[in-house]
Amino acid sequence: MSFISYLIKGISLGSVYSIIALGYTMVYGIAKMLNFAHGDVIMIGGFVIFTVMSTMGLNPLIAVLIAIVLCTLLGVTIERIAYKPLRQAPSLAVLITAIGVSYFLQNSALLIFGADTKSFTSVIRVPALKLAGGSLTISGETLVTIPLCIIIMIALTIFVKKSKTGRGMVAVSEDREAAVLMGVNVHKTIAITFAIGSALAAVASALMFSAYPSLSSVSGAMPGIKAFVAAVFGGIGSIPGAMVGGILLGVIEILSRAYISSQLADAIVFFVLILVLLVKPTGILGRKIQEKV
Amino acid sequence: MKIKATKQVSSSTRSNFITIGAIILIYFIFQMMIANGAMSNLLKGLLIPLCYYSILAVSLNLTVGILGELSLGHAGFMCIGAFTSAFFSKVTENTITNPWVRFPIAILIGALAAALLGILIGMVVLRLRGDYLAIVTLAFGEIIKNVINVLFIGIDHNGIHFSMKDAAALNLEEGGQTIVNGPRGITGTPKDATFGIAVLLLLLTYVIIINLVNSRSGRAIMAIRDNRIAAESMGIPITKFKILAFTISASLAGVAGVLYSHNISTLIATQKNFGYNMSIMILVFVVLGGIGNLQGSIIAAVVLTLLPEYLRFLQDYRMIIYAIVLIIIMIYNWNPKCIAWRKNHSIQGFLARLLKKEEA
Amino acid sequence: MAMLLVKNLGISFGGLRAVDSFSITIEKGELYGLIGPNGAGKTTTFNLLTGVYKPDTGKMYLDGVDITGMNTIEINKAGIARTFQNIRLFKNLSVLDNVKIGLHNNYRYSTLAGILRLPSYFKTEREMNERAYDILSVFGLDKEANLLSANLPYGKQRKLEIARALATNPKLLLLDEPAAGMNPAETEELMETITLIRKKYDVTILLIEHDMKLVSGICEKIYVLNFGTELANGLPQDVLNNPEVIKAYLGE
Repeated sequence: MSFISYLIKGISLGSVYSIIALGYTMVYGIAKMLNFAHGDVIMIGGFVIFTVMSTMGLNPLIAVLIAIVLCTLLGVTIERIAYKPLRQAPSLAVLITAIGVSYFLQNSALLIFGADTKSFTSVIRVPALKLAGGSLTISGETLVTIPLCIIIMIALTIFVKKSKTGRGMVAVSEDREAAVLMGVNVHKTIAITFAIGSALAAVASALMFSAYPSLSSVSGAMPGIKAFVAAVFGGIGSIPGAMVGGILLGVIEILSRAYISSQLADAIVFFVLILVLLVKPTGILGRKIQEKV
Repeated sequence: MKIKATKQVSSSTRSNFITIGAIILIYFIFQMMIANGAMSNLLKGLLIPLCYYSILAVSLNLTVGILGELSLGHAGFMCIGAFTSAFFSKVTENTITNPWVRFPIAILIGALAAALLGILIGMVVLRLRGDYLAIVTLAFGEIIKNVINVLFIGIDHNGIHFSMKDAAALNLEEGGQTIVNGPRGITGTPKDATFGIAVLLLLLTYVIIINLVNSRSGRAIMAIRDNRIAAESMGIPITKFKILAFTISASLAGVAGVLYSHNISTLIATQKNFGYNMSIMILVFVVLGGIGNLQGSIIAAVVLTLLPEYLRFLQDYRMIIYAIVLIIIMIYNWNPKCIAWRKNHSIQGFLARLLKKEEA
Repeated sequence: MAMLLVKNLGISFGGLRAVDSFSITIEKGELYGLIGPNGAGKTTTFNLLTGVYKPDTGKMYLDGVDITGMNTIEINKAGIARTFQNIRLFKNLSVLDNVKIGLHNNYRYSTLAGILRLPSYFKTEREMNERAYDILSVFGLDKEANLLSANLPYGKQRKLEIARALATNPKLLLLDEPAAGMNPAETEELMETITLIRKKYDVTILLIEHDMKLVSGICEKIYVLNFGTELANGLPQDVLNNPEVIKAYLGE
């Protein structure tokens, strides 16, 4: 039974990674950049929820809503100030700028909230579920996380396929110049992409810190890296790929931690990624781009 | 991610000699300052770090700027170089007592270990497309750091013992010693690194890479960067040269690692010194100094290492200002409007217009 | 023995037969033209001949050697060099260095010799420089040798690509639309240059072109490709007056 419980825990963690990975994969596909600061937006989201709940004592759901609003504003602002001026620049330059933004967010959080690790109070009020005569417990966090992840994926896929903005996003990701000629407002599209990604980051932070309650200025970095790995794993630019990559990564991480070694868990996760990419160099669901000679 | 060089590598020998001369000059100036007690302790402690950060930046530029591949795991090679050399030095501390014999061997060991790792990783990684290559190098960097953290190596008169669990599992006999102590790393490495040796290694690194770039192999590597398909059609073996560049780059990072590990008393592998934090920091040096610009790498490494130290008076605001400065410099350098503004307001342009006015 | 003997070469992409039953015999020193409407499969044929694509039918022989199935690097070593439809210069290298890349396989010294600046480095580099300037002067590019190749005007970039390919000392030179984007004066100059290099370097040439003045001006034989198959093959006066060929280009 404990294998099942680890598996479920892994799927739950993986769902969080998926939600974060969505932000990476959408921004990469549409704005053609690696938003290195994405993980730190999650950290900010976590701090917002924590502060709102502990100092204002508001209802957790309201705290999460406030976090979503603030993170969305943060994401769009960052895009406007730091990334938009560099849209014509080589992608490596934008990557470094994103790194600068990441440093900025981490150190601002350090300054405002201090260096000590905070203990996050879970926003989830759903009680844990006991199954199979008490031998299998599913935490309330997991009960919310997994279905929420599925809902988000479905909603996003519908949005991208059916809505005008969504289709515009796909157009920009495939051929930016052609999209402009078709009347797609590229500025608005990219801004919306960042908005969605950042909003999802806030949701992910609520779910993640509820399940893993230690919060500090560097708490967003590693999950950010792992989610980025998951996005590449599943095929960068692909929304279902983000889900597949995220879940797989979460499962591998938890199972490694449980059955092999806690310290080597991260190394094993990365190792599996490398193996996958050797077999399928564009990721699990990635598309092969044929180079024209 | 396609990487474009910002400046054609200067094959002008004069400019390279000036750089080498400048480094030697600065070395002697610093030595005089130290002799006269005119150097702050802060700067004294930074002398060797400035050298190994420069070596790291220049060697990464070989991969990123000359070969044109984004590597986010450079610190992993530094890590291997640091640990293998430190292990050697610690173990032979009492048998090879002369540091002038022991340290050069340690340097060779570090360089070789990193080179071997470079070849292995290169064979795996270099056939992946840009972004995937970046992620896999990042992954490898993290793996190396993590594995070293669970490594226990001890020596007794029976030989070398390994374990991945803990020190006790080494089952060392009486008189045995744990050299690599898992997360506690290696303590007590002889501090054989000196400023002079560090500068020498920096000069060696610079000369090796400049000579490589201005040679047949260097041209082949840059051809692969600029247009792989055309290079193939010219009969250039792509994988061979990719691995060559990557390995040399890795080996030099290993040398930097040797300097690092022989300059501190406790060698541990953390996120900050051998994780992606370090790899990213070196990448920032390279991009800021100019992709493909080797002199720029050294200048950027020096400036960006000194800057946070000298901004210490700003206390807690130090890193935020650093981050803001970084963002501003990137935008100033790369935004088309800024580039145009700079062209119109450059000092050369101003002088030219002044001279034109005088003529008229 | 023919320089290039191709029998029944073909390739499919998915369900599309891009090139079918391509057969041609090019004698040593000949200048052959490959023409056809857009999308006929001309560049695909070049890609087959240079190992970018592996054919699924047919065989090809270069100067008697079976080169079917070889990869690009091996085929270049066997003696085929090419230029590209969309210029593929090494943009960040100088004009001289672009040509020196072509000399890579014929002028060698080890990487170590380069790093340590051994005598073989100096000697071979001198030889490479001589040869490279030699080739560049044929194309009138020697004055721009140290210019960044990206800064050359378009017409000169095209010439540089040919110079670079020639530097590999090929037996067979494949030129993919060398006159694309050139004005009549430049085209005229190109025709003279091609005639000159045929004489000077004893090289066999197969070129793809849309510019009929160039094709009828210098090509000794012409192969017409349409929808991936042969439409006509032979002397210019026969091929260019062939009603089928005219129909394919101009429509009914």
